Amino acid sequence: MGWAIALHGGAGDIPLSLPAERRAPREATLRHCLELGVAALKANRPPLDVVELVVRELENSPCFNAGKGSVLTTNGTVEMEACIMDGNTKKCGAVSGLSTVVNAISLARLVMERTPHIYLAFDGAEAFAREQVKTMGVETAHSSHFITTENVERLKNAKEAKRVQIDYTQPIKGAIPSTKGDSQIGTVGCVAVDGHGILASATSTGGLVNKMVGRIGDTPIIGAGTYANSYCAVSATGKGESIIQATVARDVAALMEYKGLSLKEAAAYVIERTPKGNVGLVAVSANGEVTMPFNTTGMFRACATEDGYSEIGIWPSGINDDLEYPNK
Amino acid sequence: MGGWAIAVHGGAGVDPKLPEERQEEARRVLRRCLGVGAVALRAGRPAVDVVEMVVRELETDPVFNSGRGSALTQEGTVEMEASIMDGRGRRCGAVSGLTTVKNPVSLARLVMDRSPHSYLAFHGAEDFAREQGVEVVDNSYFITDENVRMLKLAKEANSIVYDYRVPVPSADTCSSSAGLVGATTDGGMQMNGLPISIYAPETVGCVAVDSGGWCAAATSTGGLMNKMSGRIGDSPLIGSGTYACGACAVSCTGEGEAIIRSTLARDVAALMEYKGLGLQEAVDYALKERLDEGKAGLIAVSRNGEVANGFNTVGMFRGCATEDGFMDVAIW
Repeated sequence: MGWAIALHGGAGDIPLSLPAERRAPREATLRHCLELGVAALKANRPPLDVVELVVRELENSPCFNAGKGSVLTTNGTVEMEACIMDGNTKKCGAVSGLSTVVNAISLARLVMERTPHIYLAFDGAEAFAREQVKTMGVETAHSSHFITTENVERLKNAKEAKRVQIDYTQPIKGAIPSTKGDSQIGTVGCVAVDGHGILASATSTGGLVNKMVGRIGDTPIIGAGTYANSYCAVSATGKGESIIQATVARDVAALMEYKGLSLKEAAAYVIERTPKGNVGLVAVSANGEVTMPFNTTGMFRACATEDGYSEIGIWPSGINDDLEYPNK
Repeated sequence: MGGWAIAVHGGAGVDPKLPEERQEEARRVLRRCLGVGAVALRAGRPAVDVVEMVVRELETDPVFNSGRGSALTQEGTVEMEASIMDGRGRRCGAVSGLTTVKNPVSLARLVMDRSPHSYLAFHGAEDFAREQGVEVVDNSYFITDENVRMLKLAKEANSIVYDYRVPVPSADTCSSSAGLVGATTDGGMQMNGLPISIYAPETVGCVAVDSGGWCAAATSTGGLMNKMSGRIGDSPLIGSGTYACGACAVSCTGEGEAIIRSTLARDVAALMEYKGLGLQEAVDYALKERLDEGKAGLIAVSRNGEVANGFNTVGMFRGCATEDGFMDVAIW
């Protein structure tokens, strides 16, 4: 038992040659966000607050594909989506198609708490955000706030290669190399459990580079990219279409609930069953276990538990082990 | 292998005072649609084609309120959504926020077959519809006078029970923390926060297993009367309103938010896959244990040709048929 937290900044084909100047800011953001979440859990903040807080911070970082730094649709616009779920009550909220809301995850929480619905999208979600600006302090910004020059270039490369890319840019075969050899940015997510076994999950994303306008991925879909109940909390990342069809997040929980598997077994089973190169997830269980499996080259990830274990990583353990460090 | 089977629904949560002639009309449409599906299955059409075909019929017939006669948003507009899933390869497609597409389920099928994505919504989905050349009509085609009147009634009713998830401070509801159906201030029957006399089921669905043992599911809806513009319900969400895999296919209807929270369609399949339950057992367990206080109904078929349904509402428009000649339609 005890609290635990895990977070991710996307899974994908992250080359081992990722230059240090690209790697360092992402590691720093992961570390900073982990510390923020740990401090909040130590201060007995409810897990729902903790996952929202951490995902807000990840959204605010231009390093990852959510909030500021979201990737662009084929029209060069941003369409952000997010989802949050409370494991205790199974209450949840989700949003899609946001173009001006600075913190999509907080709007998802407001949908959960202040509407009769779970999921609002596009114009209706934007209109709801505007209603909440004064009363709930929802922050909006011009779309230029979200669009980075890196992502403009990423879209250009994707269009030249005529492909829809997953939320991190894979090396393009026979085409222009991606921006300065990297652009490994991805969906962000956080799961947390407190000392009473209360769980929560949150995920936020800009989606895919060069996605069709109106495309919805796995992130906002309860049971696909995001899920929490009394057994565990899960946030997934990778190829949205594969995650939706495999109902990845719900399946981890369902395997624990219906088949009696442990968190690690359940997560490993789901990852193994999903086509290679498509998915990663972070998950915590009610009794404070953590797991962060993926079948992609890498996944930006971090976790910490009450008993003092802590890890920040990108590639499978054993590779670049210097990233993993014991916390005290 | 038990041969082909098919089930359809026209929504759960029926006013017990529904006039007999309306009931008979619903039964007639269900029987007709089952017949269309049965003919196609007998002719060896794959399950995924059959569920699309049958849901198109249900969308087009004004007796059930998806497509023409769809529920109206607070703004008085129509926003339709649908999804389809082929258990073979677990391929899926979904659409939300359609305002002009005559058959949302067929656009969902095109998202699955002809886009790199699984789910398109609102303007992007409408653009895709135009690219694909599917039949579109003016939004007013979907709006009926009756629904304009219903919206007015819903707005009046909702001035009392607007936010049905927030328990109304009265003795019998303040202990209800889940609160989805907490606001029963008048003690009257409710569905989705609306008095049952105003509520009309808006969702249609079909599940089928073909003679090859492949399962498929499709669900289509106009959504919820007086919903906020932009609201997405369970119907387009894979794992909630619709799901199909190698073991079974499921289509749900009812209080969307409760169905989403319980990932109802996937849970029926997961109970079979991970807990080893039979189809009807899984349906019963999911409805009893997963829905909390929500109200919903669902239909399901297994790869062995079994058919099942269940609901905890007052009635569900439903019907089923199997290869051995069995056919049944029912409401209560």
